[in-house]
Amino acid sequence: MFYREVGQYKTSYASDLAIFPILQDRIGIIVIVIAAYVLGWTANDFVLNAMMIPFLIFTLAAIGLNILTGYTGLLSLGTGAFMGVGAYACYKLTTYFPGVNIIIWIIASGFFSALVGIIFGLPSLRIKGFYLAVATLAAQFFLEWCFIRIPWLYNYNTSAAIEVPSRTLFGIPVTGANATAETRYLIVLTIVIAMTWTASNIVHGRIGRMWMAVRDMDIAAELMGIRLLPTKLLAFAVSSFYCGVAGAMLVFLWYGGAESTVFSINQSFSILFMVIIGGLGSLLGSYFGAALIFMLPIVLRFVPPHLGIPVHAATVEHITFMVVGALIVFFLIVEPHGLARLWQIAKQKLRVWPYPY
Amino acid sequence: MDILYKVLIDPFAQMVAAPDLLVQTLWEGLVGGMLYALIALGFVLIFKASGVFNFAQGIMVVFAALTLVGLHTAGLPAFAALALTIVVMFALAWSIERIVLRPLINQPDIILFMATFGLTYFLIGFGELIFGGDPKIMITEELYLPKGRINIPAFGGIVSLQKLDIAAAIIASAMVACLSVFFSKTRIGRALRAVADSHKAALSVGISLEQIWVIVWFAAGLVALVTGIMWGARSDVSFALDVIALKALPVLILGGFTSIPGAIVGGLIVGVGEKIAEFYWGPLIGGGTDSWFAFVIALVFLLFWPHGLFGEKIIERI
Amino acid sequence: MRAPSQSDIAAGEVLLAVENVSLSFGGVHAIRDVSFDIRKGEIRAIIGPNGAGKTSMLNVINGFYTPQRGKITFRGQTRSKMRPHDAAAGGIARTFQNVALFRGMSALDNIMAGRTLRMKRGLFWQMLRFGPAMKEEVEHRLRAEEIIDFLHIEHIRKVQVGRLPYGLQKRVELARALAMEPDLLLLDEPMAGMNLEEKEDMSRFILDVNQHFGTTIALIEHDMGVVMDLSDRVVVLDYGRKIADGTPEDVKQDQAVIDAYLGVAH
Repeated sequence: MFYREVGQYKTSYASDLAIFPILQDRIGIIVIVIAAYVLGWTANDFVLNAMMIPFLIFTLAAIGLNILTGYTGLLSLGTGAFMGVGAYACYKLTTYFPGVNIIIWIIASGFFSALVGIIFGLPSLRIKGFYLAVATLAAQFFLEWCFIRIPWLYNYNTSAAIEVPSRTLFGIPVTGANATAETRYLIVLTIVIAMTWTASNIVHGRIGRMWMAVRDMDIAAELMGIRLLPTKLLAFAVSSFYCGVAGAMLVFLWYGGAESTVFSINQSFSILFMVIIGGLGSLLGSYFGAALIFMLPIVLRFVPPHLGIPVHAATVEHITFMVVGALIVFFLIVEPHGLARLWQIAKQKLRVWPYPY
Repeated sequence: MDILYKVLIDPFAQMVAAPDLLVQTLWEGLVGGMLYALIALGFVLIFKASGVFNFAQGIMVVFAALTLVGLHTAGLPAFAALALTIVVMFALAWSIERIVLRPLINQPDIILFMATFGLTYFLIGFGELIFGGDPKIMITEELYLPKGRINIPAFGGIVSLQKLDIAAAIIASAMVACLSVFFSKTRIGRALRAVADSHKAALSVGISLEQIWVIVWFAAGLVALVTGIMWGARSDVSFALDVIALKALPVLILGGFTSIPGAIVGGLIVGVGEKIAEFYWGPLIGGGTDSWFAFVIALVFLLFWPHGLFGEKIIERI
Repeated sequence: MRAPSQSDIAAGEVLLAVENVSLSFGGVHAIRDVSFDIRKGEIRAIIGPNGAGKTSMLNVINGFYTPQRGKITFRGQTRSKMRPHDAAAGGIARTFQNVALFRGMSALDNIMAGRTLRMKRGLFWQMLRFGPAMKEEVEHRLRAEEIIDFLHIEHIRKVQVGRLPYGLQKRVELARALAMEPDLLLLDEPMAGMNLEEKEDMSRFILDVNQHFGTTIALIEHDMGVVMDLSDRVVVLDYGRKIADGTPEDVKQDQAVIDAYLGVAH
């Protein structure tokens, strides 16, 4: 009833080009953003620490992978490693320049990931599909090996792990043991919102169209003057940048310390599944996918006991694997555009409600 | 200069100085490579007939081995368990065709590829839920597989071979020979090759895609079972294999996706290559190189020979 | 930005010439020693039986295939091969035999993708989608809308092209090619698989493009009626060789052409 676009006329191409041309959508987004900030001050530490912070960080990584796989059509199994590059780069930067604000380094670490992404993206000129997936596996395993075997990367700590130091912003602890969940949540939220906004701008403009053109029909794109290699490498760079920032935030603003295993192939798969279930080529889908994949084990762990069904932690893990696997197959068969498409359909239904068409 | 000596000369000096160690390393590389080759073989069977790149092949190996051990633990005699496992693998092939492949027919390859990721995760969860997540011991003796070692004095030292590995090599060769005969001589084998060339053409001459797919997935399941027994006899049976199974991917890049000899040769090259590299050059950079060696070799191959050693070149048409 | 279409070559001059081009795949000769030219402002048809090498010829012209021998002269520049990007940047646009649209994108995005080469704002402004980037986007949207009006596809501009019926897909593909504001437009069987009405519409569009924008057009077509009506000159290929070249009337009466089409034994 309330979701109608009647009476909203677009009088210029600029207004038609807006990302959310419908007024109700714009209001909805503003309400959600405000609610997200309010949550930072009202929710308890458990909700922020165990749910909201990781959810937002994984969303950012999923957006990164979506740029590469969903928009440009290049399948990557190296997301975990690219996230790791960001985390280790951030660690080294803040070790050498402790005076510079940590948030600057978290963002800057994305550039290191982007560089590594470009290097491992070079083979994408000649290969695609699963061939490229194997090439990204090379990145995954080689970088993981570096994280273990190059002690310089983790400052020769005996734990062989990143130990996040205490850093402050305007005197308030941001990272390390003293930083409150509230502070970290607000920083993560701000970075994720800002980067979602820029990602949305990129994919709706010329560069986004070039990526999608390469994805849908690379030969036609080439014959229209789109140079394949720079376009693909740009996708690798931007995608890895997002993953790198997500990796740095994962360690500095969530875990507070991490070994190389955090950036293993399983992390890569987990992010890929978020993208597939959320919807290939949809930024909104990245949010849905991250929520579903990340929340599923939590729900499975806490809901059955409440219903009086006792489950072992191991069983929960096994069932999670099965459910995730089944969901992947289900979505690929029933709705390859994922949860995002289901959302669109729901909105369309709402628009014309109570009529079926 | 010192580093050049260590990289370019010293390893070869070591090889010449201790040829028995070299032969031992080569043998171990071959045995390891055989495992990769067998997993890759399962990939090739499915890819040839259905164009599906089955990421779950490695997990099917574990699943088959787990089922075998699990059924035996539940009280079945070894060979009854083996027979029942074969039935289970058939049921698996049939369900995959019904539930996953048939609804996805005519979808882009990459979608089918990603569907096998889902299959992988489902099988991991399913297998662990039923048989438990803890590592298990393969029932080697019950299946009358030999154990112990043969020590051959040669090359100025002793080369030590496990009897099991020799048996594995013989069984694997026999299996490959059977598959080759099956593909080239039988009616079903010829139908399989027809399907591989063109789905539409195969349909139009009345070959049932569904049947063919069940058959190749079943064949791949049998290969997985044999692989699972071999590999389980050498280490524990657990889903830790999934990372090792990924090395079948670089093997396929080397050998090409459609060639059975390619899978074998590629597997052996990768196996020997990573053992030699780790043994002679690994210590220079801290060891553990076998986690990525195969993938980096594949990457180099992709840049210069994108179609593999035995693969077919495809001319792109518009 | 290069001045669009009203270019340095006067009407009637040679815009593109292929000389002694040969192309083979493995042992199969797709094109053997073919020469012809395309003049500024004309509609040039390339016809011939199936497998005559027509599509291969277009692929050579816009650089997708590299000929083993021969030269291509475009806008006075001679080279032994084109590169796809150079061809596009030089003003050669193309449609395909089996529609090669970007299926996951809307019709409008497809057409806007055709303007990629003319858009300049880099990643920084794209990220902000503000100021110069937005101004550029609106500017090019205007041009895209002109083409949309011209081809009467306003109603489907926001529809994902994969869901459009075939005839409309062909039209969107033409729109995408026109968005490049090409000097030379290569059309590979623009009317294949269309019904009579759609064919008439498409013929009208091709003529309009030629007259309205002054675009030189080279087209491959099987429907002889269409070819005879539309084209100024016709080149006929058979088994990769050129067997005739001239006005539609000349070609129609050429004995070699009649033989090729009626299947006289070689």
